Amino acid sequence: MGEKIMVKGTEAIGEAAIRAGCKVYFGYPITPQSELTEYMSRRMPQEGRVFLQAESEVATVNMMYGASSVGVRVMTSTSSPGFSLMQEGISYMANARLPAVFVDVVRGGPGLGDIQPSQGDYFQVVKGGGHGDYRLPVYSPSSLQEAVELTIHAFDVADKYRTPVVIFADGMLGQMMEPVEFPDPVDPSTLPSKDDWALTGARGRKARYVTSFDIDPYKLEQMNLVLQETYKKIEAEEKKWEEFMTDDAEIIFVAHGTVGRIVKSTVKMAREKGIKAGLFRPISLYPFPYERLAELAEKVDIVMTVEMSAGQMLEDVKLAVMGRAETPFYGRLAGVIPTPAEILEAMMKEIRR
Amino acid sequence: MEHRIIAAGFGGQGVMLFGQIIALAGMIEDKHVTWLPSYGPEMRGGTANCTVVVSDDPVASPVVDMPNEIAIFNIPSLLKFEPTLAEGGILVMNTSMIDREPQRKDIKVIKIAANDVAEKLGNVKAQNMVMLGAFIETTKVVSKESVFKALEKKMTGKKAAFLDLNKRAVEEGMKLAREQL
Amino acid sequence: MSEQVKDAILLASMPKALNGKEFTYCPGCHHGIVHRLVAELIDEFGLREKTLLVAPVGCSVFAYEFFDVDGTVAPHGRALAVATGMKRAKPEMFVLTYQGDGDLAAIGTAETIHAANRGERVTTVFINNAVYGMTGGQMAPTTLLGMKTTTSPYGRDPKREGYPIHMMEIMRALPGVAYAERVKVSRPQDVPKAKMAIKKAFYAQLLDVGFGIVEVLSTCPTNWGMDPVEASRWLEENMVKEFPLGVYVDKVTEVMKEKGVK
Repeated sequence: MGEKIMVKGTEAIGEAAIRAGCKVYFGYPITPQSELTEYMSRRMPQEGRVFLQAESEVATVNMMYGASSVGVRVMTSTSSPGFSLMQEGISYMANARLPAVFVDVVRGGPGLGDIQPSQGDYFQVVKGGGHGDYRLPVYSPSSLQEAVELTIHAFDVADKYRTPVVIFADGMLGQMMEPVEFPDPVDPSTLPSKDDWALTGARGRKARYVTSFDIDPYKLEQMNLVLQETYKKIEAEEKKWEEFMTDDAEIIFVAHGTVGRIVKSTVKMAREKGIKAGLFRPISLYPFPYERLAELAEKVDIVMTVEMSAGQMLEDVKLAVMGRAETPFYGRLAGVIPTPAEILEAMMKEIRR
Repeated sequence: MEHRIIAAGFGGQGVMLFGQIIALAGMIEDKHVTWLPSYGPEMRGGTANCTVVVSDDPVASPVVDMPNEIAIFNIPSLLKFEPTLAEGGILVMNTSMIDREPQRKDIKVIKIAANDVAEKLGNVKAQNMVMLGAFIETTKVVSKESVFKALEKKMTGKKAAFLDLNKRAVEEGMKLAREQL
Repeated sequence: MSEQVKDAILLASMPKALNGKEFTYCPGCHHGIVHRLVAELIDEFGLREKTLLVAPVGCSVFAYEFFDVDGTVAPHGRALAVATGMKRAKPEMFVLTYQGDGDLAAIGTAETIHAANRGERVTTVFINNAVYGMTGGQMAPTTLLGMKTTTSPYGRDPKREGYPIHMMEIMRALPGVAYAERVKVSRPQDVPKAKMAIKKAFYAQLLDVGFGIVEVLSTCPTNWGMDPVEASRWLEENMVKEFPLGVYVDKVTEVMKEKGVK
């Protein structure tokens, strides 16, 4: 670890990717993440790596497909409408088992929406916005230090399971500044070899194909089953969450990413009022930490979800809680950021009910 | 202790830099800090504000609905943020740009004709540093030494030429605030 | 060994870049001829171990089944974006896309034009048979005026469906293109010419000149509702008129001369 430096969220993620050994970055400008694209355009050539501005997000995701298929670490960043455009390619990459890291700096929607922070892409990112039976590991950082760590982790998870991975960020995380410490760059020689599957040229071996395609349904089913096995492993090994003051909590908030952080302030305010609140913050949105949340729900009356959406993660919370507690919801839409005080007020209403 | 700060004005008044220097100085003092900007859709000339939290503990919410210290650079920002200031909070305002009085009686107000002061120092652009001096003198959020270190970190290359001017502006702001305390 | 003997041996043997599997394309389809030409060139350049083949969505989605080189199948229209990703990540590889008219000139037009305009060091073989073959004979961007397809049952009317798109003419407007030629393979004497064109498009990449593309006018007897001979005749009489053969861009020959390459 080096010294602490003050960086913007977009820079934190970009620099983390570089230190994780990201060899190629493709991207297309879209607010509020263009600074990450700009950062990579400046830094990647300095490191002797590849930056290319694509003609669209559709082209971007397919360039990633190509770069990943030859075995290098590859990343893009985009914001919601751009992420929508990438869905077809992500579905192809999932079935072709191509590792890659996508950063979705989520903004207000639907449609052109606005350029303010939102979490309204939860369904699309977490449940799979493209076609077919696939899942993507998704990480939702709430601080810049965590964004650095999760970005690096995302590359490792992508390679380990041969899958695209998403960093679910929002414009608040992207724009804010906070001190972070970057780890030393990874030594490329320590990265896992991809020679057993990547397209390296048919030298001294049979030709091989990286593909998401088989016209024979029985063979395609086998490919699908490999994916499903992979997802089982991911669900068993990759769940991440944070608990804040849950030990003696009587009401538990569930919030992810930057909202998780805002709710921490609400928890403190509630405690000052003598209300034992706590926070459960899922860090991996897929795999969602259902089991631990279920345990916590046993001990409380209220599990309250807060999101910058109309209630999308709420469905996963309900699947975890399964009627063990009330599951009220508070959300702001379209790029409006909820404040600690208004969340507290919403909580008080639920308590009085 | 947690300083929850909002600095607000027009784009181009150096409001963002004002906040960044405080955050950077806080980091230099090993405090926990966040800096969160809020832009209007305009690139120049629109309203701009930033929220800075400087705390002894890890910062929870970088979003603040009730700041305890605000630095106000224009009238729209005064109208918007004065009502949100916590009881007993501190308002530092640039009276070169604001020709009206704050309404609240339960807050501490420091008035600085920052543009005039900066102009006398040789460059009106340093008005944000005059405001910064007054702000740190009043709130004690960070020390002058840390601010200077932060300025040195931030103002490199071509900007280094303005380092001295900025430091003098900070000192001048501190002096003017001291006179009102 | 005389040239004739060499040719005879070449014709009788299977190129190493093909794996020997029997083509599953329809009788009279030109994919088989063009596959072979590409494979022969891969052999002649000694590129088999360096080649990455990007197959499209369309009939030639199966190309990778027949070539004994590493490869992938791109999403429909995105072959040149995938190829760009490969080449940028591993510039030492030889990257080849093989695409049909729907793939390259309809759904993938943006990717085609921008890859060409960037001068991506990749080579594209573009099969234009004026129809969507795999999905059952629907209208293609290159369908001729008046031509009936399953989605232009009254014949292509420019007022309704617009005009056939001319990709080589578009390529001429893009500075990143190093080689662009339109050829056909419907008569035996066309074949060596087509091979030479593809060879130049290989050189565009190998000599680092720019993007190389060859459009091959091809038949689709099945969807045209003709026998193979009839289809070839129809191509000669109709497609060649609409899509003039010839070299549209050539920055390669000069570089070949400079470098003493034949």
